[in-house]
Amino acid sequence: MTTTIDISPTHAGTTTDEHEVASGPRWVLRDSWTEALRHMRALPRNPEMLLFATIQPIMFVVLFVYVFGGAIDVPGYDNYKQYLLPGIFAQTVLFNSSFTAVGIADDLQKGFIDRLRSLPMYPAAVLIGRTISDVLRNVITFVVMFAVALMVGFRVEGTYAEAALATLLLFGFSYAFCWIQAWIGLSVKSVEAANSAGFIWMFPLTFVSSAFVDPESMPGWLQPIAEANPFTIVTDATRALYNGNDPGSDLWVAIAWAIGLTIVFASLAARRFNRAAAR
Amino acid sequence: MFMHPEIANTLLEDKRRDLEASAARHRLRRVVRLAQRPTTVADTDGEFPAAWRSVVLRMDEQAALQRPSRTAGAAPVSTTTSVRGQGPHEDEPAVAAVGLTKRFGETEALRGVDFSIPRSRVLGLLGPTGAGKTTAVRILATLLTPDAGQAFVDGIDVVRDPRRARARIGLTGQYAAVDERLTGAENLEHVGRLFHLPVKEARERARELLARFDLEDAADRVATGYSGGMRRRLDIAMSLIGRPSVLFLDEPTTGLDPRSRMSMWTLIEELARGGTTTLLTTQYLEEADRLADEIVVIDHGLVIARGTSAELKRRIGGERVEVMLADARDLGRVVEVLAPIACGDEIVDQSAASVVVPVRSPDGVVPQVVRMLDAASITARDVAMRHATLDDVFLTLTGRTAEDDDADQDRRDAA
Repeated sequence: MTTTIDISPTHAGTTTDEHEVASGPRWVLRDSWTEALRHMRALPRNPEMLLFATIQPIMFVVLFVYVFGGAIDVPGYDNYKQYLLPGIFAQTVLFNSSFTAVGIADDLQKGFIDRLRSLPMYPAAVLIGRTISDVLRNVITFVVMFAVALMVGFRVEGTYAEAALATLLLFGFSYAFCWIQAWIGLSVKSVEAANSAGFIWMFPLTFVSSAFVDPESMPGWLQPIAEANPFTIVTDATRALYNGNDPGSDLWVAIAWAIGLTIVFASLAARRFNRAAAR
Repeated sequence: MFMHPEIANTLLEDKRRDLEASAARHRLRRVVRLAQRPTTVADTDGEFPAAWRSVVLRMDEQAALQRPSRTAGAAPVSTTTSVRGQGPHEDEPAVAAVGLTKRFGETEALRGVDFSIPRSRVLGLLGPTGAGKTTAVRILATLLTPDAGQAFVDGIDVVRDPRRARARIGLTGQYAAVDERLTGAENLEHVGRLFHLPVKEARERARELLARFDLEDAADRVATGYSGGMRRRLDIAMSLIGRPSVLFLDEPTTGLDPRSRMSMWTLIEELARGGTTTLLTTQYLEEADRLADEIVVIDHGLVIARGTSAELKRRIGGERVEVMLADARDLGRVVEVLAPIACGDEIVDQSAASVVVPVRSPDGVVPQVVRMLDAASITARDVAMRHATLDDVFLTLTGRTAEDDDADQDRRDAA
């Protein structure tokens, strides 16, 4: 991107300089941050959404730990909580990414995306800003959920560095999923459709995995699916790190998944953004 | 529930418009017209009466000659002016559309539309739903790429250099595009920041606009609670924060109650006086009449007429003489008697026992008509001149009212 220097004369009360817009990578970041701020400003005004995003994981923690905790046995873990809670963390941050689809569909439906596209900002900043703000909201949810987990007896067995790495991995993965959701939000025709299209496939994705039970306990035909599921890989890696075990190759495969999904779906979403908004 | 929002919006708009008084007026005219002359009017899509086609073409040619984009040599909108480093010139139109063509699947939304707007003028793009107005605006506002043709804002090719064009335009679309979760002030500041204004300047400019648009009291309230009129005002204010040299207003009063519409008109008039070049689309004929310096009538993706409101009225039999009779049975004879002075299709209203005949010039028409009727022994209750409205213009040009077109649209939506 080059900055244009306009040497033309001024006209009718406006200078052309005034209408030249700065460009360059710095402005991509700034535009993205401006957009992220738009969503974060709105967040405290919609406490229902935040409440929903925190109550659901708390329910899951409590239900699984107290209702199924005694019945479910997992090899290698004496305490089901130590096995389960990293899975709940992963599921929750993933579920929360569906807000991205709903938010983008809403902006699109209300014509706000049209307004943004008519501004001299960087178009991609609309999506970057949205995904960043959604991950930041996810941090709030995570903090609440982590506190509840500690209350019900979850303990970080690994080092702080390992725990931090596990947490980062979760957010990296949820960021990748925000891009899938951004793509969905731009592809569907209404907010309601975005809501179901963004959410429904997450149930099989997160349950046919190692998050709640050992895949060995599943029927034979389901096992390979559960084991190949990227959600299993990221859950296994986080679980190992929180419990102070060696995640092995799971860590690298999980990171590769996060990066790969982000690249693929960010490109798809960016392409669709230019066309979808032009409907 | 899964209906495309634009379709849903169109349906809503149609319903809303159905409720308006003008709809009833249109329908009455059409019924009367069809009842009286079922054979002469081609009422199929896209057709208008053959007798008027020549008039329209003539007008179009005249307009084309006046259009700078067509003058040989000077070529103020040629691509050379869009070369970087060269800015707009005083005599160059602020907006120019040249041969714009756009197709959506089966639908030809635009079929070669040309128009230009001189600096600081208001152009009214007038036409019924589905005529292609919004498509034209969306192309000029860089939201759509045309299949063929070119569009320029301040001499900048909007297709090749959208970002530079965006720095010069303000767009108010058919939806009031405000973020409902934010306050009025925050909405404005946000857009200001995306124009890369410094925080302080964005804030000052937001306050300025809020004051000017009578939104000061609501500045720090979340926009969810705004009325329709307030939302539109905020929307337009947001379009102005970047000090655009061209403002696009796509049906700015659609869906507003009459009082909000009046205040919106006042607002647009003020903006126009302030020198903002404006492209206004509307399906309200009255609105174009009142606000636009020049009007381009568009129908099924084609420009069918252009000129000032007065020119349009004058050129297409703008002056009309209306004869009210005591006895409706004489209507047919009145049409025959007045045929020598008529310059277009008469409109016969059986129930009111009246005939409206377009005439070339108003001078001496009333006494002449009285004499002619007298000679034929027809008793008139009243003979009067009246000015054509833009409703009449549209009816004359297309052979259809906007209502007929909405019916087409409904059929398409249903299909």
